[in-house]
Amino acid sequence: MVTTTSGSAKTAGAQDTAGAQGGHGGQCYQFVCSDRVRGRSRAATVHGMDLFDGCRAGAAWDEMVAGDQVHGPYQQVHQVLAPMSLDDVRARADSLARAYVRQGVTFDVGGQERPFPIDVVPRVVGADEWAHVAPGVSQRVRALEAFLADVYGPQRALADGVVPRSVVVSSTHFQRAARGIAPANGVRVHVSGIDIIRDRATGWRVLEDNVRVPSGVSYVLSNRQAMTRSFPELFAALRIAPVADYPHRLLAALQAAAPAGVDDPTVVVLTPGVYNSAYFEHTLLARLMGVELVEGPDLFCASGRVWMRTTHGRRRVDVIYRRVDDDYLDPVVFRQDSLLGCPGLMACARKGTVTVANAVGNGVADDKLVYTYVPDMVRYYLGEEPILANVDTWRLEEPQALAEVLDRLAELVVKPVDGSGGKGIVVGPAASASELAALRTRLADDPRGWIAQPVVQLSTVPTLVDDGLRPRHVDLRPFAVNAGDQVHVLPGGLTRVALPEGELVVNSSQGGGSKDTWVLDGPRVGDPVPITDGPQVVAVGHGVPILANPHDSSEVIQQQQQQQQQEVPC
Amino acid sequence: MLSRIAESLFWIGRYVERADNTARLLDVHVQTLLEDPWVEEDLACRSLLSVMDRPAPVPPTRADRGYVLDVLAYDQVSASSIAGSLGAARDNARRARETISSELWEALNATWNALGAQVEAADPHDFFGWVRERGAVVAGIVDSTISRDDTWQFLVLGRSMERADMTARLLTTRALAGPAGPSWTTFLRSCGAHEAFLRTYRGTASVEQAAGFLLVDRVFPRSIVYALGQAEQCLAGLEPVTDRATLDAARRHLGLTRTSLEYRPVSQILDDLPGEMEQVQRACAAASHAIARRYFRSGPPAQWVGEAL
Repeated sequence: MVTTTSGSAKTAGAQDTAGAQGGHGGQCYQFVCSDRVRGRSRAATVHGMDLFDGCRAGAAWDEMVAGDQVHGPYQQVHQVLAPMSLDDVRARADSLARAYVRQGVTFDVGGQERPFPIDVVPRVVGADEWAHVAPGVSQRVRALEAFLADVYGPQRALADGVVPRSVVVSSTHFQRAARGIAPANGVRVHVSGIDIIRDRATGWRVLEDNVRVPSGVSYVLSNRQAMTRSFPELFAALRIAPVADYPHRLLAALQAAAPAGVDDPTVVVLTPGVYNSAYFEHTLLARLMGVELVEGPDLFCASGRVWMRTTHGRRRVDVIYRRVDDDYLDPVVFRQDSLLGCPGLMACARKGTVTVANAVGNGVADDKLVYTYVPDMVRYYLGEEPILANVDTWRLEEPQALAEVLDRLAELVVKPVDGSGGKGIVVGPAASASELAALRTRLADDPRGWIAQPVVQLSTVPTLVDDGLRPRHVDLRPFAVNAGDQVHVLPGGLTRVALPEGELVVNSSQGGGSKDTWVLDGPRVGDPVPITDGPQVVAVGHGVPILANPHDSSEVIQQQQQQQQQEVPC
Repeated sequence: MLSRIAESLFWIGRYVERADNTARLLDVHVQTLLEDPWVEEDLACRSLLSVMDRPAPVPPTRADRGYVLDVLAYDQVSASSIAGSLGAARDNARRARETISSELWEALNATWNALGAQVEAADPHDFFGWVRERGAVVAGIVDSTISRDDTWQFLVLGRSMERADMTARLLTTRALAGPAGPSWTTFLRSCGAHEAFLRTYRGTASVEQAAGFLLVDRVFPRSIVYALGQAEQCLAGLEPVTDRATLDAARRHLGLTRTSLEYRPVSQILDDLPGEMEQVQRACAAASHAIARRYFRSGPPAQWVGEAL
């Protein structure tokens, strides 16, 4: 089950745990006494005691501070935050949380509604860094798109041996029911979330692909809105790429995917229902796109088409942006006990009268074993070199790899290939001997079901925790929308934070947080807006006065008051 | 009903709606200044002040957002600022105390009592939210506790006319802002119209549709045409048909403006939006004078606030 608040597993370095505690200890004080005059501290160098003292001694590469240097993109954020007291920062954090409770941006923890955790310190990505990441994400989406078209079509890559046939057909998400369904505009991955991590300034790597039902984009939109209210001075000082046009782009992509010959396509968002943990996201997207949010029982199939029940009779549905997993989509084809889908939906999709987005069977492309072949797919389908590298991964099906992994199990991270939300992940350095022994048996029994990766040193960003600002590991999920003619990558994306120290799995229900992610726009070219285009003033003689009740004029009131004064002495 | 009471009711409706609309307008303005560092703050503020017919500081003094907020939000004296109009609404309610329901009086009085503390609490966005909320409380009480007699007609008449007038001013600020100004989305959102608009046009909307939604939409209650139509209905409800040949002057002003918007293509109105919006404002002012002559003869002739200060 893919949920909004849960994320993928994070392979954070266990060895940095000791270093991250430096904030409490003595190491940081060497920075404290050097120069207490804050007025002199300028952009690049940090002097004096400030909020970020606890963040300088982390063992992992920190995106904001390194010793007494502040990395380029973060300089203005640092300048604004550093002089604040911890109480000021906490006050802003509280106002963010209050705003979320009021707006209902919450998630359930044991039946209690908590505000979605957003950190006060934003993640900042420079324009040049984003110019590397965005094309990389887009390239990856194009390759996965080509792979899916191939797998559910001619299967050229399997014949050519680029991806072993056994890997594809053994994937739990390879849906035979999807074979031969040709999407109207050739798009299967309408929305994708490519999880990437960073281990140093240039080391962006893809951790996993999400091309089924990637969630979290609603938090990108609401985080931005909340941060604008709480940190107006930063938004005034920086030029931050806006994210608000996402719903518009998504709708355009969904409409472009409508069956051929439909003039004004009806798009709907299909939700599992109000108790789904991502329901907030479903409502937000439907609201901002201005389309209906439907549940399975609202839909029915008749005459080879999908319809929805409305007060004005049935209405044809052309595009279904579904947030329901494959297995629940159509009880005729998939799970028969599903109450969330619409019987006959797959038949209509096959007939080409309705578009299901994202397409059924996409899960084969984000299988974690298939993931290891994505760089080869980029070369094979696109004839390009991958811009973003993978994290090194052992395929346990290869006997020598399995032997090596079993040998070094205590220092590796092992993940199930079809898991999401951080389920089933075993982090070698953090696991007990008995856990490792059990894992060893499971790996030997089912090598296809698992992959192994080295422990990756994730970058950190200062994050507000109980002790103040401390380095915490982050990842990034940029969202890409494929409209057929181009892949648009939403600038920024959802940055997720592992809040507990040494926590290796980022998951909101396990104490994960989020950060607003700011992509700085490049410097503005040329002059600012010419004056003639600027705001004009109403021409002389054309202003219309604002009226008021003549009885409110001060003269009348004064006379009434005088009247009273004269009466008093009597 | 006493003319004086009727006049107070009319102005309660206007002042509360004015506070609400000014809060919405300023919210857009402040938000835009925050979000877009490339907006010329001085020019944008002068533009807004001119639309609201308030004096701007003499150059070289810059008009900044603090000045605009002082003049249009926190000024307790002028009836064209939020605080001032909430105070004036409460004064008028005090005069019509025996006619309006206790709940309405308490809502207005409580608003006025809480005003000081709200102004102190620095964040303008929260203040604007509070003003809108109080406006909604008053509107809800009017809706649920006041008989649909002349009391209600005068309250709603004032509210509708003010709404048409202020929406016209809001649209003027957009038209004058030029290409660098806030987007139509921002404007729709400020009017609480964004979601209604999205549902109507399903997300893919043009400038013409967005402007048209606030200008001429027939079912959205904040559009100018809807508000003018509502004001006409109130006037019709106040005056049983006696003269079958001519219409009341106020109805003529409002109806003429409404129809000239309603029965023309939106693109034609957009060609000269500031001019058209000026016509709406002038019609509202003329109708307001006509209503005063017809129903509120008691008082002195209306004075321009702009000149009184």
